[in-house]
Amino acid sequence: MSWLELLPLALLGGLLGLDVVAFPQAMISRPLVASTLTGALVGYPENGLIVGATLELIALETLPFGASRYPEWGSASVVGGALFTLHGGQLAGGLEVAVLGALATAFVGGWSMVKLRQLNARWARNSAQALEAGARGTVTRLQLMGMTADLVRGVLLTALALAVLSPIATACLALWSTDARLSRTVVIAVAAAVTSGAAWKLFHTTSGARLCFVGGLVAGFVVLFLR
Amino acid sequence: MNAAATLPPVSQAASPPRVPATTWVSVYLRMLAVQGAWNYESMLGNGIGFAMEPVLRLLPGGVHGASFKQAMARESRYFNAHPYLAAVAVGALARAELEGEAPARIERFRTALTGPLGSVGDRLVWAGWLPLCSLLALAAFGLGAGPALTIGMFLVLYNAGHLGLRAWGLTVGWQRGVRVASALGNPVLRHGPAQIARVAAVAAGIALPLALYRVIGPARALITGVRIRIPLTGRVTHSVLIGRDLTLVAGVFLLVALGAMLIVRLRGRVEGWRLALWGLACFVLYSVIR
Repeated sequence: MSWLELLPLALLGGLLGLDVVAFPQAMISRPLVASTLTGALVGYPENGLIVGATLELIALETLPFGASRYPEWGSASVVGGALFTLHGGQLAGGLEVAVLGALATAFVGGWSMVKLRQLNARWARNSAQALEAGARGTVTRLQLMGMTADLVRGVLLTALALAVLSPIATACLALWSTDARLSRTVVIAVAAAVTSGAAWKLFHTTSGARLCFVGGLVAGFVVLFLR
Repeated sequence: MNAAATLPPVSQAASPPRVPATTWVSVYLRMLAVQGAWNYESMLGNGIGFAMEPVLRLLPGGVHGASFKQAMARESRYFNAHPYLAAVAVGALARAELEGEAPARIERFRTALTGPLGSVGDRLVWAGWLPLCSLLALAAFGLGAGPALTIGMFLVLYNAGHLGLRAWGLTVGWQRGVRVASALGNPVLRHGPAQIARVAAVAAGIALPLALYRVIGPARALITGVRIRIPLTGRVTHSVLIGRDLTLVAGVFLLVALGAMLIVRLRGRVEGWRLALWGLACFVLYSVIR
């Protein structure tokens, strides 16, 4: 992957990584949106949508509760979308490798967010005196530093992940030996299992929700059957 | 809720002080970056000070006055809440500061707001509204919606709730000041999460088979191929439940059920996405080195 290809993707990864927590949390960082935008950027929005929907099903389970550590889906979805559209769109194993790449990036992204929060804390500690004096410039500076660092984090994470994973994806797909249909079935089964588990986690405490889920499932299969 | 119970009665102006519309726009836009400097020590604190700064400029003496500096220092200290519902705190604290409430009272009020604004927002947004919008978009995707419609629908729907909630929070916080805790008894906040969860459960049931069927792509050949004529309409359709390779289809359903059960059993210890990561890593390795 050339620098010319990498740069716009890295910038997109940075912007979408910023949306996860820092600004503006409009959920453009959700996999469904982020991967589709990535697909559109490289000319294959439909492919981006496919990998985005798969990742979204897996991401349903993770809720960004305050101080908890959670995967960073914004930059990760850019990586997943790019791997699928640039390397594996039509190949056996393409979706599996792209989803795996995105999950690995989300894992590292979660860790990088923890480090960023620690860095923000250190910056705030170093400015404690000015903050106690009510210096508005310090408050604004800390805010801008935090957001800039988050943007840089996302850009670097996306660039690094694509630089490392892109050749690995190419090599994996060249050696791929499992039937395309079986490969796709495996990733679908994994996504279905995670989503079902997520649905239970999200709704099991609400009275009547289980029945609603089963009712919806029946309706979904009926629609599928009739289409 | 708790805040109202713990705070003594306070004398309050009949109507809030006048704040220019441009100041509110500035506060609202800054609220979008309220987590810009989020950290494990002061959490949202710096973001609250940052968002309130345009209103605090209206304090006597302006930005160089002692009131402004004391208020900025106070409002930039530790604070935690859901980022969207933090708007309630920003509005209420802005009014308390402009009305000259006692600093000790403002600090007690800030502390009292932390818990309710966090838990209500988490249940309403992270565990309710976000999954619902996501599932509705996935259902639309499963029904054949294209990229623009799918993500457009998700973003418009989600952000109608997101931006509306922030605007409501800022307005209600400003209107009620330190008595804002009663606003948290709003029926939408109290009963909304349960209602949203039920609708989201239906959406999950519908979206799951539809979205998976669209993603499945080349593997569709494994589970289709049997044509069935619907007796009443005479329409010919494919059966998605009867596969060419019944053993494989049954195996997949069994694996999905076992995987979901495992994730549910291991909740709190291992998250599903991590299991997916390791499971896919093993499969990719197997497919490459076989």
